[in-house]
Amino acid sequence: MKKTSAELTNQVKQTRRDIVRMVHEVQSGHPGGSLGCAEFFTVLFQNILRHNSVEFNMSANNEDVFILSNGHISPVYYSALAHSGYFPVSELNTFRKLNTRLQGHPTTHEGLPGVRIASGSLGQGLSVAAGISQAKKLDDDNKLVYVLMGDGELQEGQIWEAVMYAAHNKLDNIIATVDVNGRQIDGDTKDIMGFTELKSKFEAFNWNVISMDGNDIDDVQETLNKAGMLSGNGKPICILMQTEMGNGVDFMMGSHKWHGIPPNDEQLASALAQNPSTIGDY
Amino acid sequence: MTNPTIEKKDTRSGFGAGLYELGLQNKDVVALCADLTGSLKMNAFQDEFPKRFFQMGIAEANMMGMAAGLATAGKIPFTGTFANFSTGRVYDQIRQSIAYSHKNVKICASHAGLTLGEDGATHQILEDIGLMKMLPGMVVINPCDYNQTKDATMAIAEHYGPVYLRFGRPKWPIFTDTKSFQIGKALHMREGKDVTIFATGHLVWNSLEAAKALEEQGISAEVINIHTIKPLDNEAILDAVASTKCVVTAEEHQMNGGLGDSICQLLSRNLPTPVEMVAVNDSFGESGKPSELLDKYGLGVKDVIAAAQRAIARK
Repeated sequence: MKKTSAELTNQVKQTRRDIVRMVHEVQSGHPGGSLGCAEFFTVLFQNILRHNSVEFNMSANNEDVFILSNGHISPVYYSALAHSGYFPVSELNTFRKLNTRLQGHPTTHEGLPGVRIASGSLGQGLSVAAGISQAKKLDDDNKLVYVLMGDGELQEGQIWEAVMYAAHNKLDNIIATVDVNGRQIDGDTKDIMGFTELKSKFEAFNWNVISMDGNDIDDVQETLNKAGMLSGNGKPICILMQTEMGNGVDFMMGSHKWHGIPPNDEQLASALAQNPSTIGDY
Repeated sequence: MTNPTIEKKDTRSGFGAGLYELGLQNKDVVALCADLTGSLKMNAFQDEFPKRFFQMGIAEANMMGMAAGLATAGKIPFTGTFANFSTGRVYDQIRQSIAYSHKNVKICASHAGLTLGEDGATHQILEDIGLMKMLPGMVVINPCDYNQTKDATMAIAEHYGPVYLRFGRPKWPIFTDTKSFQIGKALHMREGKDVTIFATGHLVWNSLEAAKALEEQGISAEVINIHTIKPLDNEAILDAVASTKCVVTAEEHQMNGGLGDSICQLLSRNLPTPVEMVAVNDSFGESGKPSELLDKYGLGVKDVIAAAQRAIARK
C-alpha cells in the first residue's frame, strides 16, 4: 500500500534519527550524504520499488532492483532496507560492529538481505546495473533497475564507460539518480573537478535527463513516477537530484565537513531534538 | 627435439570452441568481449548467439561490472580480453564487484605470458596468476593445450563462483586427451622417480620435452600438469614429492606469485624439499618470437633440464 505524504515525512524523520544514532553509536560512518538522501530512499523503498522484501531473491527476476554505487552512505540504505522489511530494524544497532551484517560499506558477503553487490570503491554501480538491465532484457522481464551515484563519484572514469554503454545499447530500463549535493571529502565539488553542465553531459551521451529537488518528498515521488513512465523509450534515464548534504540537521548543512565524521553526544542530542521520534527508535 | 608431426593449435581456440559448445548446451551462458572478439576466438559464439553476446568496446572496467550484474541476475558471464586487461587493469572491479561479492563470473584471459611475442612487455603480463590467486575464493586455471583449454572452459561453467581462466596466443602442441580435465585435480603426464616437475600452461610441453632429454641422461623425471593453481591439488603434490624428494616448477609467469610460489609454500609447511623454479625472475618481457623469448628469459626446454639437474644435486 502506498504511503501518504505525511507518512513518508514521518519515515524520513525516523530515518534521520537512525542515521545519526548509528554513526554516533560506533563513532564512525558517513552521516552527511546519508541525511541528504533520506527522502529519496524513503520514497523509493516505501512507494516506488516493486520488490519482495520478505523473501529476498538475489537474482531479482521480475522485481525492480536498486543498486547503491556510492556505498559509503550505507546508514540511509540500511535504514531504508530495514524499514521496508528486509531485516529487523533492531539490527541497525549492529552497524559497523564486529560480526555485523551491516558492514561499513554494503556487502553481499555477510548475507544481508536486500544487498546484491558490494560497493564502496566508487564508480562501479552503474556497470552492475547495466548488467542486470541486460539480463532483464534477455529474460523479457520489464521491471526496472534503479541505481544511485554521488556527484563526486562521476569523477570516476568507469561511470562514463557505463554511461556510453547504456545509451549505445538502449538500456531504457535503467533509472540512474545522481545525488547532486555539490560536496565531496576535500571540499565543494565545483572546486575539485568536473561539476559543471551535468545535464548536457548526460544528454550528449544520449540519456534522457530530468531533475528533482531530492529534499522535497512530493517532488521525489512525482519525479520517480515520471522516470518510470519514461522507461521503455529507447534511452536510459538520469535523474539529477539536488540535495543538501546533512539535510534536516542544521549544523551538518552547508558544508562538506560532515561527509564522514560522527556527531559527539551533545551534537547527537541536538540532531535528535530537531527530528523528534515518529514511529519509534530501534 | 620437437616432434614435427604433432598437431598444433592455439589454446585460445580451445576457449572459443568450448564457449561455443557451452552456448549450445546452457542458455544461461553469456559472453562479453572488449573489442577482441577475433583474438579471443569468440566469433562462433557471437554469430550463433547474438543476443547473449555483449560487445563492450574498449572499456574493461565496465565489462567486469556488467558481468557482475549479469551474474547477479542468474546468468553465467564469460568475459574475454587479453590477460593484462583481464586482471591488472581491472583489479579493483574484480575484487569488489566479483570476488568479494562472490559472483559467478568467468574471467577468460588470452595472450598471457611471454609467448604472445612481438607486441612486447605492455601486453605480456607475467603477474596475473599472482594477482588472481591472492583474491579470496578465486579459482585460477592455466591449461596447457587446446584440448585442455576447451575442457576447462566447459568445466568452469559447472562450478559456481568466480574463476580466472588463463590461456595464450601461439599455436602449441596438442598432447592431452579430451575429458581428462577436472578442476583442482593434478594430471600425471609422465611417471618418473628421480625428480618431479610441476608445470602449468605452455610450460607443460617444455617439461615433457625436458623429461625425454633427461631420460637419455639416465634421469627419470616425473611430469605433473598443475592446470589448477588454486585450489592446489595438495595431496597429489605431496604424494609425488614424498617419493622423488626434489622438485622443479615451470611456468610462464613471474617467480613471485606464481605456481612455484604456491608449491614452495605447500612444501615448506608440510614436506621441506629442494625446489628449483623455472619462471621469469623479476623482469618485464620484450618483443620477439615466442621461442626466442622463452629461451632468453630462461623458460626453454634446456632451462627445465638444467633445473632438474640442480634439484637432484640438492637432494
